[in-house]
Amino acid sequence: MSTPFYVSPEQWYQDKAEYARKGIARGRPIVALEYETGIVMMAENRSATLRKISEIYDRIAFGGVGKLDEYETLRKSGVRYADMRGYSFSREDVAGKSLANEYSNVLGSVFTREMKPLEVEILVVEIKENGSALYQIRYDGSMSDMTHFATIGGDGDKLGDLIRAGWKPGMPLKDAAKLARRALAGSGNSGSVEDLDEKSLEIAILDRTRTGRTFRRIAGEEARALLRD
Amino acid sequence: MFKGQTYAGDSFYEFLRVDHPGLLPDWTRMDWTQVSLLHGTTVLAIVCKEGALMAGDRLATEGHQVGTRDLEKVFRIDESSLMAIAGAAGPAIEMVRMFQLELEHFEKLDGQPLTFEGKANRLSFLLRQNLPAAMQGLVVMPIFAGFDHDKGRGRIYKFDITGGRFREADYYSTGSGGKDARSSLKRIVRHEDLSREEAIRAAIEALLDAADEDRATGGIDVARGIFPTVKLATRSGVEDVKDEELKRIHEAIAAERRAA
Repeated sequence: MSTPFYVSPEQWYQDKAEYARKGIARGRPIVALEYETGIVMMAENRSATLRKISEIYDRIAFGGVGKLDEYETLRKSGVRYADMRGYSFSREDVAGKSLANEYSNVLGSVFTREMKPLEVEILVVEIKENGSALYQIRYDGSMSDMTHFATIGGDGDKLGDLIRAGWKPGMPLKDAAKLARRALAGSGNSGSVEDLDEKSLEIAILDRTRTGRTFRRIAGEEARALLRD
Repeated sequence: MFKGQTYAGDSFYEFLRVDHPGLLPDWTRMDWTQVSLLHGTTVLAIVCKEGALMAGDRLATEGHQVGTRDLEKVFRIDESSLMAIAGAAGPAIEMVRMFQLELEHFEKLDGQPLTFEGKANRLSFLLRQNLPAAMQGLVVMPIFAGFDHDKGRGRIYKFDITGGRFREADYYSTGSGGKDARSSLKRIVRHEDLSREEAIRAAIEALLDAADEDRATGGIDVARGIFPTVKLATRSGVEDVKDEELKRIHEAIAAERRAA
């Protein structure tokens, strides 16, 4: 019979947190910030098919960093959850907060109950009539409600500082996109701003001026024009 | 992954069936032939140069009574497709809603929309699910039409209650006045290069002819200003044809018919 052993909860937590953080640190960050008529999300992503930023519902978008298959599963669960709520109540009743809570519950319970925590960080952003809601959910299920902008993955503090320094209320999309690109370039090891061209960036917006499904990807020539000075 | 989610595929209907069966309607436990329900009457689709046009009158009957004078029977399904419904209005509108969600759900999960044929197949699947209700009198008669981006042209599919799916080349019409509208379209729609204006005109003429022969088809209610629903699916999206334009074309047709 094997000898029973004891690990303190602190140790248990720390080991898992370190494991999750290491996994997440391998991925590249996502930034989301408010602009004049919505929220722009941007990530460094050299794949044209594997997405880090996606549509969840009319006014809600999703960002995931870390292990792709894990945040993909979470993203799909989120779409099913939102579509089911929209079907059983009304489209207006689908709210970012309840979705963020679901994510927080899933991540929290996996973190405490399973051997291996999920190596992901999640961003749920939502545009409202006036203003927006940005929820950042970490690998252990802890959730924060951010104002004006949010980041996940990478060096969060540095990214946050860079955005805070340049963000202004009601800034046009072009300025917000350029700020996001500068922050992504300045916080990581991807080199200069010029290295982050439209081919290596994934950009999407939630635009309040659109009706119904407000999520839209910006790519190709449109992205080039957006990032041009 | 979320609580109560076990289904992991791309279909919204299947997701509900597996994980939330209570949310799906079940119409099979009653004899609906004994109850009077709203029935949608005449809808039609025409392929034109720009894509596909769909139109429907606005009347719904309840037995021999007028149920509603301004029911919508033509729906935008997504960026490039339309669906029109005739038959039992309740289940038909529910089917429209489910179909819209089914396509949106797939597009979001998969990252790209279904092909036009894939969409028609999903509708066929939903009709098959409705078969038990259809056998009790809740027959839904849809037409699916739109702009097929892969083929670069407008397309029309008609269906039967078993989910049978049949492609129509130029035009189709169904509902109580469907046969009359078809006879009218047969005379007018002789080529698929109809212009936008010609297609709208053909649709209105067909609805007027249907209303002439079929008591349940509303035609155009001039006194109340209720015009048919006309929508157009083209390369650039779905467009609602405005009442002013319909009014202008209707007046021209009426003047011609008076003169004849």
